[in-house]
Amino acid sequence: MTYKMMDGNLAAVEAMKMAKVQVVSAYPITPQSNIAEKLSDLVASGELKAEYIRVESEHSALSVATTAQLAGVRAATATASNGLALMHEVLGMTSGNRVPIVMPVVNRGVAAPWTLWCEHGDAMAERDMGWMQFYCENVQEVFDLILMAYKAAEDKDVLTPAMVCLDGFFLSHSMQKIVVPKQELVDNFIGGYKSQNTYLDTEDPMFICDLTGSEEYTEMKYQQKVAMDNAIGVIEQVQREFEERFGRKYSIVEGYRTEDADVVLVALGSMCGTGKHVVNKLREKGKKVGLAKVTVFRPFPAEKIREILSGTRCIGVFDRSAGIGGQGGPVWSEVCAAMKDISCDIRNYTGGLGGRDVSPDNIEKIFDELLEISQGKRKNHTAWIDLKENAMDIRQVIKNV
Amino acid sequence: MYDVQHNSRGLVSHGVSACAGCGMELIMRNVLEVLGEDTIILIPPGCSALFSGFGNETALKIPGFQGNLENTAACAAGVRAALNAKGNKHTTVLAFAGDGGTVDIGIQSLSGVLERRDKVLYICYDNEAYMNTGIQASSSTPYFAGTTTTPSGKKTGRKDLMQIAIAHDIPYAATASINNLNDLKKKVQKAKDTDGPSLLHIHTPCPTGWRYEPAKTIEIARAAVQTGCWILYEYEAGKVTINYRQKELKPIEEYIGFQGRFGNLSKEQKKEIQDYVTKQYNKYIIKLEAMN
Repeated sequence: MTYKMMDGNLAAVEAMKMAKVQVVSAYPITPQSNIAEKLSDLVASGELKAEYIRVESEHSALSVATTAQLAGVRAATATASNGLALMHEVLGMTSGNRVPIVMPVVNRGVAAPWTLWCEHGDAMAERDMGWMQFYCENVQEVFDLILMAYKAAEDKDVLTPAMVCLDGFFLSHSMQKIVVPKQELVDNFIGGYKSQNTYLDTEDPMFICDLTGSEEYTEMKYQQKVAMDNAIGVIEQVQREFEERFGRKYSIVEGYRTEDADVVLVALGSMCGTGKHVVNKLREKGKKVGLAKVTVFRPFPAEKIREILSGTRCIGVFDRSAGIGGQGGPVWSEVCAAMKDISCDIRNYTGGLGGRDVSPDNIEKIFDELLEISQGKRKNHTAWIDLKENAMDIRQVIKNV
Repeated sequence: MYDVQHNSRGLVSHGVSACAGCGMELIMRNVLEVLGEDTIILIPPGCSALFSGFGNETALKIPGFQGNLENTAACAAGVRAALNAKGNKHTTVLAFAGDGGTVDIGIQSLSGVLERRDKVLYICYDNEAYMNTGIQASSSTPYFAGTTTTPSGKKTGRKDLMQIAIAHDIPYAATASINNLNDLKKKVQKAKDTDGPSLLHIHTPCPTGWRYEPAKTIEIARAAVQTGCWILYEYEAGKVTINYRQKELKPIEEYIGFQGRFGNLSKEQKKEIQDYVTKQYNKYIIKLEAMN
């Protein structure tokens, strides 16, 4: 066992290297760029034996990775923000053709306005494209979840690609001490790659992805839905096996001090570390609060959410994406649907957009609101928790009005 | 369903759902005859998707993938990269796309492949419009041609794919026509043997979109060459060779006169198109000679 200092991007690269990817196609975009750079370094030095395809767009990056993997090798790419948006139609190709690519997504808001910084709006916009989505709390999780994602994605009952989402800058550029296992341990855990079900092989010709009529399309979509359903159990099994081999415990949803909590905040990504810190601080003051960390957002772990949140009267859900036009953010909508038969009050919170820090103060403010609501002392909550008071005055055009 | 009584001779099934007189079908059969079964094909949605098949049937005996409209070249690059990673240098990776998927929406990923010198054989069958979606103009639609989006005739000339490819200084690029299959097949073989990207730009008469009698496909292809509307040449190791030269260009009427897409032109417009083609041809030949 070796400890290494790494930021989230380098941890992602380390995991992809240890998975022995054989084709890399990458296009740089802030804050993902040093994933593209570091992978090219490893290929140039010979440390990673792979073909490096310096593509001209993210659209091509995922196209190259998808067909490379169909041709029989593990392929790697990574992106962020508008890059992920540009990949949109290819995401459907990857998942619909059941190509189990694992792709780090370094979360950054999608323009406009232009932002370079963290939010989950990019990944949330792709949540229905048939990819699994894992969200990381810290740099160790970036490394671990990528390894677990390979094993789950390539499982014969799943064969579904996975995004491993890491918060831009908060994780991608944050140096942390992590455990890096021996290569042999990783080899034994995820093994070599073999294409299953769909493959391009001149010895066994197959045409993939021709036109499909309405008499079969629904059933093929249903197969994807079943694969996603299967993924819940497979991921849990993979997490158990990971714990046995590597000693770190994971759950699709982690309940942190939720057992006896009066109120619980549901969150995902790096803000969960801050959330746990606030939970501990408030517990010391005798406030019974807890945090539910959603590690797997796709497939959505509804049953686990119910298991953790049942009995909690007042629940807050923190969406790090705006969910414009919806009744609340996407995580809140999912939690509401999961809890629809259980009597409880679920409040939507939106914040941390475009790089705004999800501060301990704001999380504490949410817990205090939830506690007051649960005690009947308060009705409304502050849905946009970190909004400035002068929101409507920003960038006002005062000429020609 | 019908029982298959005997296998097709080549790598393409007996019947495909292409239109009667389709130039593209002839190209696919002849290209695969040269390339053989050690080939993986990438096809975008479009007319060539008729070879991908429908449901659980395909018209091809080689492995293939139908990607998106704009990423045929990138998909080919991915397959090539995986084959290289596995030490396979022998399998041909064939991208087979139309003019819309190549010179319009696919030009970016094609440029990427050409610049990186990925060993991919890219064939653009050029039927001069988006035929599969119902004859809408592409940037390869010629001057004055009527389509469903240029009902009064296209106001501009066509984008020059070959010169774009040559600007990338790739090892091999050639135009071809189905009126000379020997020349076409020779060029396919050269492209297959090229160590790096190769591009074939093949003129592909389309009876449905150009509105002529299906039986006249070869005649139309020949007339295009003889009137100077299509020039057969190749770019190899940095030099251009003009493969065929008409001593004296035939009048444009012998090409466009058969075609409904030019049917609404006035006398003045026909003269204008003749002047345009003659001028373009002469200018182009001088340019090609200078590249020799």
